[in-house]
Amino acid sequence: MTTRYTKDHEWVRMEGDIAVIGISKYAAEQLGDVVYAELPAAGASFAQGADMAVVESAKTASDVYAPISGEIVEANAAITGENWEIINAEPEAGGWFVKLKPSNKGELDGLMDEAAYADYVKGL
Amino acid sequence: MAEAATPKKLPLDALWRARTSKFGDFAGYDMPLQFEGLIPEHNWTRQHAGLFDVSHMGPSFFALPKGHGLEGDAAHKQVASLIERLVPADVQGLKPGQVRYTMITNSDGGVLDDLMIARPVEPGAAGDLYIVVNAGCKHQDWALIEEATKGEANLVRADDRCLLALQGPSAHKVAAEIIDPALADMSFMTVKRYDAFGRITVTRSGYTGEDGYEILVRAENATELAEKLLAHPEVKPIGLGARDSLRLEAGLCLYGHDLDPTTSPIEADLAWTIQKRRREAKDFPGAKRILREYELGADRKRVGIRPNDRAPAREGVEIYKDGKQIGIVTSGGFSPVLNGPISMGYVQSAHAEPGHVVDLMIRGTPRSATIVPLPFVPHQYVRKGK
Repeated sequence: MTTRYTKDHEWVRMEGDIAVIGISKYAAEQLGDVVYAELPAAGASFAQGADMAVVESAKTASDVYAPISGEIVEANAAITGENWEIINAEPEAGGWFVKLKPSNKGELDGLMDEAAYADYVKGL
Repeated sequence: MAEAATPKKLPLDALWRARTSKFGDFAGYDMPLQFEGLIPEHNWTRQHAGLFDVSHMGPSFFALPKGHGLEGDAAHKQVASLIERLVPADVQGLKPGQVRYTMITNSDGGVLDDLMIARPVEPGAAGDLYIVVNAGCKHQDWALIEEATKGEANLVRADDRCLLALQGPSAHKVAAEIIDPALADMSFMTVKRYDAFGRITVTRSGYTGEDGYEILVRAENATELAEKLLAHPEVKPIGLGARDSLRLEAGLCLYGHDLDPTTSPIEADLAWTIQKRRREAKDFPGAKRILREYELGADRKRVGIRPNDRAPAREGVEIYKDGKQIGIVTSGGFSPVLNGPISMGYVQSAHAEPGHVVDLMIRGTPRSATIVPLPFVPHQYVRKGK
């Protein structure tokens, strides 16, 4: 399954009917070592683009937006357990933030694929 | 106090760009923000030595006009009395070679900038002061100084030179090896000129809580000095990001955040910077309010704050007690040494005692925090007995 990206550096990957969401490798590198993160609890619903989570480095606090609309079904226990190193170590794998049940899968089509995101990042 | 829209390049721009691409505009200068990472840079400075480029700041020499005819203490007293029109410190009382931290205050007792004033130790420089002000305030400060002392003294800007800060427990060893062995014998908060790398002005001082030096060097000699320092195995380049976390751990104020024109030195817990002679003379801008607060206490006070969980409380976070707002965070972030969040802010004096538990309103949720003494991490200044 392809990974899609937002301009705000979130990624989203469908696993069956469920979307796995996190922040991109580029975002994690820009942020630096994560010293705090706050994830939404299962059951919370978000519209596309809404503030969904917060991730903070020593340098700054960043909002993480819902890349697509839906309801949270799971937050990553490694992150809620304060093992934030995993966000820097594996931003696009074990460092995922939440799993979400999409309410409109069509929103995925508006996001960038890997190649388009790589070009986008190159231009920053 | 924003400067020109296009940020100026540092004289050592190329040297830093060879080592990092992470730059950002600060006070009108394009500054290196980060090299290997904020936390490793921070820890390296606490354990070894970090080299910071602070050439954006405002070094200057303030001097009696040529042919003033005064010598030694008489010349110093004369030039010091001029600058005392703007600051509450006892500048006249500076010993040769001594540096003092002070503030330019306004007539309401607020702080227009914080700065360092040094009395040169060299007899030939009697009647000179070396003054370093903040980057974002330098044009304002210099205009104020010139206006208040017109015709009586001259202000010579030195911000075309480089100001390099070498900070950390290895700084004295590195400075002795690369600049002059005599640097190791300087006491903290003293100044001396050296014939090395052209002619440099060195203060043993800094804004990280560590021992170290701030070195004013001409731009044409700065590359050689910086490269020699960086080639030392104990030295790494440090960006503006770690400079901020280091000064926060050290409990030091950042102008425009922890100090501003409404904040008095007493509220900022900087009463120690106003020496007895000036308190008795009551002759500095804002003396009425500042001395009233000195005697009776201020309504609010700058304090250290330790959040009781892991969420950092940054500038602008409101501080509550029993559902009522009692203060605001003015600086906040993450302490690499304590491995947790730390903040500074102002609270009503009734809640300023260490140990008081307050709430920080972070993204709409109150979170428990405790008032703590400053600094968060002990200072390591080296004072030499005479």
